[in-house]
Amino acid sequence: MSLEPIAFWGLAVVLLASALAVVLTRNLFHSVLYLALTLTATSGLFLSLDAEFLAAVQLLLYAGGLITIAVFAIVVTERLVGDRITQTSRQILTGFVLAGAVLVALLAVFHRAPLTVTRPPVSGDLTRAIGQTLLTSYVLPFELLGVLFLAALVGALYFARPDD
Amino acid sequence: MTLQAYLTLAAMLFCIGLFGVITRRNTIGILLGIELMLNAVNINLVAFARYLGDLSGMVFTVFTICITIAEAALGLALVILIFRVRRTAVADHLDLLKG
Repeated sequence: MSLEPIAFWGLAVVLLASALAVVLTRNLFHSVLYLALTLTATSGLFLSLDAEFLAAVQLLLYAGGLITIAVFAIVVTERLVGDRITQTSRQILTGFVLAGAVLVALLAVFHRAPLTVTRPPVSGDLTRAIGQTLLTSYVLPFELLGVLFLAALVGALYFARPDD
Repeated sequence: MTLQAYLTLAAMLFCIGLFGVITRRNTIGILLGIELMLNAVNINLVAFARYLGDLSGMVFTVFTICITIAEAALGLALVILIFRVRRTAVADHLDLLKG
């Protein structure tokens, strides 16, 4: 018996539990920390899918970058308002019904179209292949991504500038 | 594990994120829900790429991760800006366009 099912079920439990905690805790700061756990577990899931490069990107950009930005935003807005941010939820029934309906619809589709593909063995170095594809077939979107980041950087700086 | 197991897990994650987006009042909380949904989509992309032996899905995931980060950075900058102007974090209070 291979380790993969064990890793999958363990990660699935952590992933779903922490995701539920993200949407259910009252303290916004705890919510962000649970999101970090969710994103780290997702990175583990990528590892179990043999995508080491994506697992590293996920950890660096999401668990590193996104969480830092979110914590920063919370700290800044908390100071502006002056009291701790606790968040209340509303329309729990509506949310439950809508999310449940989407889930049932998705699962029904999966059930109707049984995807019986088996996982092919890894052929060569996936990271190398991703890099080569990124800089040959997808080089234009890759460069546009740089432009997008520059625009986002300038935009965020402009929005968050101090009052003068 | 089968492809369906990964898809089911991603679907559940997506719906949890959707629940968060609908029920949260705080704008930062809503953004966190959106991140959960995008994360679920990434799992789907990587799982399909791995099981179908097509690398495009993984390359696409690199793009979606980067775009998500840019979106989150701008979104949180907007949240800070709204805080400064309106002194509120609750999405329901942002009703300037209400007639």
